[in-house]
This record gives sequence, structure tokens and C-alpha cells, in this order.
Amino acid sequence: MADQKFKYIGRHRRAVEHRRFVIGRGRYAADIQLPGILHVAIVASPYASARILSIDSAEALALPGVHYVLTGEELQANIDPVLPGVDAPKVARYPLAHGVVRYAGEWVVAVVAESRAIAEDASELIQIEYEATPHVVDPEAGMADSAPRIHPQHGSNVILRKKFVWGGVEQDFAEAQHKLSYRVHWARSATVPIETFGVTCSWNDATQILDVWASIQMPKYPDQMAKSLRLPGNNLRVHYDVDVGGSYGVKRGLKHSILVGYLARKLGKPVRFLEDRLENMRGGDMQGPDRIFDVTLAFDGNGIVRSMRMRAIDDIGAYSGRSPLQLGKPIGAIVGPYRIQSVEYEAVSVMTNKTPQEAVRGFGQAPTNYAIESGIDKVARYLGMDRVELRLRNLIGKDEFPYLIPSGTHYDSGDYATVLGKALDAAPFDSLVQQRDALRAQGLLAGIGISTCLEPSGGNSSFEPLLNPKNQTTTWMDSCLVRIDLSGAVTALIGTSTSGQAHETLVSTVVGEVLEREPDSIRVLHADSLNALPSNSPVGSRMAIMLGGAAAGAAKKLRTKLMRIAAHNLQAPEAELSYADGDVVVTAAPERRISWDALVEISHRYYHKLPEGMEPGLQEKFVWEVPTGGKLPVDDRVQMYPCHSFEAHVILVSIDPQTGKTSIHRYVCGHDCGVKISPDVVHGMTYGGIAHGLGAALMEKFAFNEDGQLLSGTFMDYLLPSSKEVPSVTIVDHCTPSPLTEFGQKGSGESGYLGGPAAIASAINDALAPCKASIDALPMTPQAVWRALQQANSNQQGEKQYA
Amino acid sequence: MSNNLVQVEIKVNGVIQPRLVEPRTTLVDFLRDHLALTGTHIGCEHGVCGACSVLLNGDPVRSCCMFAVQANGMSVTTVEGLAPERGSLSKIQDAFCEKHAMQCGYCTPGMLIACHALVDKNPHPDEAEIREAISGNLCRCTGYQQIVNAVKHATEREEIEEGASHG
Repeated sequence: MADQKFKYIGRHRRAVEHRRFVIGRGRYAADIQLPGILHVAIVASPYASARILSIDSAEALALPGVHYVLTGEELQANIDPVLPGVDAPKVARYPLAHGVVRYAGEWVVAVVAESRAIAEDASELIQIEYEATPHVVDPEAGMADSAPRIHPQHGSNVILRKKFVWGGVEQDFAEAQHKLSYRVHWARSATVPIETFGVTCSWNDATQILDVWASIQMPKYPDQMAKSLRLPGNNLRVHYDVDVGGSYGVKRGLKHSILVGYLARKLGKPVRFLEDRLENMRGGDMQGPDRIFDVTLAFDGNGIVRSMRMRAIDDIGAYSGRSPLQLGKPIGAIVGPYRIQSVEYEAVSVMTNKTPQEAVRGFGQAPTNYAIESGIDKVARYLGMDRVELRLRNLIGKDEFPYLIPSGTHYDSGDYATVLGKALDAAPFDSLVQQRDALRAQGLLAGIGISTCLEPSGGNSSFEPLLNPKNQTTTWMDSCLVRIDLSGAVTALIGTSTSGQAHETLVSTVVGEVLEREPDSIRVLHADSLNALPSNSPVGSRMAIMLGGAAAGAAKKLRTKLMRIAAHNLQAPEAELSYADGDVVVTAAPERRISWDALVEISHRYYHKLPEGMEPGLQEKFVWEVPTGGKLPVDDRVQMYPCHSFEAHVILVSIDPQTGKTSIHRYVCGHDCGVKISPDVVHGMTYGGIAHGLGAALMEKFAFNEDGQLLSGTFMDYLLPSSKEVPSVTIVDHCTPSPLTEFGQKGSGESGYLGGPAAIASAINDALAPCKASIDALPMTPQAVWRALQQANSNQQGEKQYA
Repeated sequence: MSNNLVQVEIKVNGVIQPRLVEPRTTLVDFLRDHLALTGTHIGCEHGVCGACSVLLNGDPVRSCCMFAVQANGMSVTTVEGLAPERGSLSKIQDAFCEKHAMQCGYCTPGMLIACHALVDKNPHPDEAEIREAISGNLCRCTGYQQIVNAVKHATEREEIEEGASHG
């Protein structure tokens, strides 16, 4: 139900963006066609670790249509490296390798030609001599002193190791009746958008501007690209009116962009690089977290969890961007939705000879949620307690907000037990139990899965100073400029591209709400980086909160200005006026009014009718800092994200014991993200997040062999869920408004994904429990389930033999 | 290469398009690079994701997995040709907008092709038939639910209208 206090917010509205998508008029990076454009193909390393002995490009350069062959030697001499998000200045990263390669698939040479086909032909003519050197692919082996060093100058393969102790962990553990330790693995998967990364750059000798069109979703992208290319920021213009064909965190092709930008400037011609699928999967540097969690929970006989010790070892691959910070963000919800009063958390990021890790939906939260939820289920099983009852005993109560967790974040608001209850009722839970038992009676394995998880939202970067004291960043703003032109039409400018979040719909709905103008009449433009105000891009489920807040702020300034002009012309105090659909009336005498059109005309044409000293025209900007943000950590504690959405998953699965294949029979997600500005958009993200979580839980893995070769570089072996695997999902909404935001909204861009894998793992382990089997690693593929069943079977036979 | 071009005539969205192409030009590159029909997208180039789907003589095919020369003399419909006329939308396109059946829009052209192919042969599909028909088109945004809802919406509405006209 739409909230009656809103005119447009919360109501069904067709997304503005869809009009162009359904007629084939989206404008993606690959659609940018410039005259005389040149194309890039990449020669990649076949070795996980090797010295480059020689590179011979003569034959390739002799091929008609080939313009240039770029090596790492030239590139590294002429640009600055991209440095990690943590304090490790010796772990430098360049688009092309020079001297050594550190993973199979690393880019070594770029060939530029008149067509991609010719560039690929030429790339096969490049002769590179390598000498293989020792490599390491296992992160725990990589932590050993004797392990081959990925970056010898750094001195260790560990790029981040930091232990936090929040609260009386020692005492809570000493006093606890029970302790339970476990290890779970989150496998290396990623969001794998259907569009690969693409970038086109064009350099103009006269203006000295490098124009960039890229499928990008990344904070500070123009700044970092300009810095690496040694250009002042105003010599680089990133065009944000490029539709991004999916990202969910990973579309951060900084190395691609720096490479193409360098080539465009060097050659004085437009240049583009579009990854093919293998380049994307192997050398695109967009694989996700790859974690081993060692957890111990301390709890009493009633199932009250008092304390937690967690160590997370994350394998970030051969180079570091912001990936180690993905261990930092979950600190803002390290106790999940539970009243766990103390926590010890050790974050360890390890480099190996694998493809580098990139930000993935949730920025590390989904793996951590999976680790916590696995433990909650294990405690229930250990105590013989119902999993729902155990959760209800530990969930933070709705009257306890704002709730301060041990690591320094206040949760803003919520009603977790009610949302869980709604999901259980919708299932309905009793029926799930009956269906599970009926499936078991048919000889199938069947189980019910539960998860209750937080979705921190309103993306901030508080984890940067927390994990890297040299980084004192506390600003993480977003902004919007709104103008009303002489015709009375409203236009809003935003400084980021969209990758499916419907920002044009969001901003026009919000501006329409504030100005009381029809949202479909409001145009929203993705400005370029030289024309736009600062944005930190749609990371951390932030745009409903931050872009929505910025747009509302700018619109409110305009509304205030219109009221002042009306008061001046109606000769009445503002307090006695009412604003209605853009017109302003004297509340007590409605015949005294001034219309929107008249106010607009006064603003643009009649300076003599403006209040003294007022700027003419109607154009306002608003730059908003993250609410609750702006502070540095104190005693290793900091407010991470401002808002906290909540999700409860309740599902029923069955497993064919002959094949190990899992089928999902019922999927319910209770969801509370506060006030929904665009309900269809929010639901869509939740459905999509669940599908994405299903992939991570059951199907998707970037598998490497012992030689460090990627085994799943195509969609034939890296399996994405289709409409046959993803079940019909029931979403049950609940609304606890956030007290921190303009309309009570919270973020939802990561919903579904943050609790889905935990729920599916929970269901599978419930299904396997009667066989005394269990799995503590994702993805739970048919092979993995089958192996777990065989293992349990042989264990039981062993027990019989020795009985 | 340029010394080895082949003449093709392919009817695309109702217009016969004669072009000289390299034999190795794929159908999707022909559509995008030679005809500037960029609505058809490239996702995997190995026939799995379905983003490049077009109708070839009315049947959905992967345009990344065939050469333009193989389509010589045939009729191709791309996403740009699905609407009955410029400025309007097909029922499926309209339902995709109404039911929020997309987010980033990248798989959408291929998905629309799959749904048109389905509804051409089966005007009133049930959910299982819809899921089967789109199972060769991968989407990372929607979890398919709102796509299924859109196809149901487009095809159920037709039933209501028929019922009304008979009533």
C-alpha cells in the first residue's frame, strides 16, 4: 500500500529508463561508434607466475591494419600505478605486466588495429618467451613464510591483517556455558554481468581533453584515471550517459580505462576495448570474495549467543584494488541482527597467483552473513532447539533502536521479529514442515532453510580509515542539481551512470514529490564528470538514500525560493502561504494566488519583482554527506553505514539423493527497507539478489587448478542460474522508516543476495541432517552434495564395522 | 580481409539490406557494425546467454553463433523491429515496461525476442511454458520473476479482451 502522505513516492510508476531499453535504444559502451576508431586485443599470460624474458612484436606490426603494439615496459614508464585501498604502497598495479606476470590471464601486450578481428589476428603473432616461476594458489599456503611472494617488495603475501576486539570477549567466553567452533568457505564467485566491461576513449590535441565512455560503476573513477595518466582532472571527461549492462559492484575497469586512455592519447585517435567473455572472466579482474571463516560462538543453554570470535581469510588474488576493504564493511553489521555483546574479529587479506578480486554486491557482507547464519543454525542443532525460536531469542527488539553494536555502529531502526513472523506466515511454515516430511517420505532429502540478515545501506567509506589510518577520508557525498527553465520544465542533473538501478526514475519521483510536479514531466540527465557535481556512484545500496536525499535537498531549495518570490509578490508572510502543485496561495484567502508559470517567469525575466538581492533564475544544487558520516574511528570503532534494512528468508528444498541436485520448492523473503520510493524497482532488486544468491550458493565458482589455471572461464563451466533454476519468489514487505533519511527510505540494492546463500545453505544442511551429512562450503553443487552423502555413508559403515 | 568480401542480401526488419562482408563476420556484428542496429547485444559469444537473440525467418537464433553469409536471403527481425510501428510498442514490450521486467536492460532485447517467439506459437502460455521459453536467455538483474509476470500480463490481458468481445 502506498503511503497516503506521499503523492508519488511508493506508487507504481513505469521506469523512465525502460522506454529506451525495450525498443533497442539503450546506449551502452559498445554502442559508442566514433569515426576512425581503433580496436584493442590483449595478449594474456598463460602462466600463473613467470618472468617475461622477451617480447617480439615485429610480425604483428607487419600485419596490414595494425597500428600499434603496447608493452608493459612502455606503459609503466609513462603512467602512475593504481595503489591498494590499504597501506601497501609496494603492491603497485598497472594495466600491463612488465618483467613478471602474477596470474594466468594477466595482460601482457595490447595490440591496436583497425578492427578487433585484425587486432586478434595480430595478437596471435606476438612472440613472448616466459620462464615459469613458483606460484601459490591456496591462501593459507600463501601465508606461510616459505611461500613464493607475489609481490616480493611487499615482504609478505598478507596485505592486511588486523584484529579487533570489541567488548569483553575474554570474559564472555569464560562465562559462557557452551562454545562451538566451525569453519565455512565462501567460494570465489562474482556478479558476472551479461555485458562485459567496455571503454572508448578519444583524445583531442586542441582541447587536451580525453573523453571517456565506459560501462563504469565506481567512486572517484575520473580522479583515479586522471591521476594514473598524469593529467589534471579537468583534462578528462567521463560521460555518464552510458547505460551500464549490469554491474552489482564489479564494473570497475580502471586498468582497462587507463590502458585505453593512454593509447588514445598516444595515437591521437579514438580507441576502444571491449572485453570478450574469457577476457572478462579471467583477466577482467572482477572476481569476488573468496573466504575461509573460522568462527567460535559462546552461548548459554537457552541459546542466547553472548560472544563471537571470527577470523576471515580472504584470497584477493594477485593485485589489490579496494578488495581488502571488503573485509572492513561487514564490521558495520558484524553481529547480524542479534544481541551479541562482544566480538573478536580478525581480518586477513592474502594475495595469491589468481585473478584479482573486485567489489561484489554487498561489499563482503553476504559471505559474512553466511558465516554468522551457519553458526546460528549450528547452535540450534547443538542445543536441539528450533532454529526460529533460537533466532527470536537473539534478535534485537523493535524497541531497542537506535541499537549500538560492539563495533561502533548504531542500527537506525527495525522490527526484525515481525518481519520474520510475516515471512513464516506467508510460507506458511507449518505447511513447509508438512511438505518437507512428505518429500522425505517419498525418499527424497528435504530441508527448510532460514536466514535473518542485515543489509547495511547508504554506502559510506568509514572502513577506509578503520583499516588504513593513513587514509583520513570521512566525506562520501552525493549530489544533484535541479533547474526549472523558462518554460517551467524541470531538469535534474546527476553525476553517475546507471547500471539498472533506475536513477532517472528515482530522481524524477523524488523531485516530483517535493515540487508536486508530475514525475514523467521531469527530465533527469546523467551529466559528464566536468559538468556534474560529485557523486560516489551507486555503491553500498546508497542511491535511494544519498541521491534521493540530494535530489530532495535541491528541490526543497527551489521550493523555498518559489515561496519567497510568492510571498514578495503576494505581499504576505511565507507562514501564511500554502504550496500546491507548484502554485502558491494565501491559505486563508485562496483567491489570492500566484501560479507556477508566473513564479517561473518572475524568476527568469522580471528582476524587478524578485526580493531584493535574490539570484535570478531557478537552479539549485545540493551536496549531501552521508547521514551519521563524517567521523574518524575512535578506539577501532566507527559508524559504518547509516541505515539498516532487514531480510528474513524462509525456504523449502529437496535433494535427489541419486544425483545430489537441489530443487527449491518454496521461497519467501520478508523484507523491510523502510519507505520504498519505487516499489517495483525495490522488488526487482530483491528478486534479482535472490537469484544471484542462488547462483553463489548452488552453481557459481571461479575454479582454479593447482597450476593456477582458471577452469571456469565460459558460461559452459561457470554456470549462471536460468529461469529453470530460479524459483518463483514471494516477497513480504514491511516498513520501518529510517529516522535518518528524507522520506524514511533505506537502501535495497543488495537485498536478497545478503541472506539468500545463507538460507539455501541452511535448507541443504537441514535436508542432509537425517543422513548425518553436512556441507560447510559454497557452492553446494550436485557433486558437492553427492560427495557429502558418500562421505556420511562411509563414515556410518565405518562406525558399523568397528561397533 | 578486404580482398575477400562476399555479397549478402539480408532482409532486416522488413528492408532488404545488400552489403559486402568478410566471410567471418558474424550475424550480430553485421547487424551492429554494418547496419548500426545496436539494440542486439553481445554477452558471451558462445551461444549461452542469449543476449544476441534475433528472429531468423521467425525463429529465435543466436546471432553471435552464425555468420552473416549464412543468413543470406533470409529475413531477420531484431528488437528494433518488434513494435508494430514507430512510437508504439508491441504487447510484450508494453508489458515489460508495465511489470518492470528489466533493470539494466542489457538482456532485454534477447529476452523480448524469446518472448515474441513464444507468444507467436503459443498465445496463452502458462508459467512453466514461459520459464521454458526464456530459459536460454540469461538475466542477472531480475531473477526472471517480473519477466514471467510481464509475459503473463501480456497474454492474460488478451484473454480478458477476447472474453469481453464475446460477452
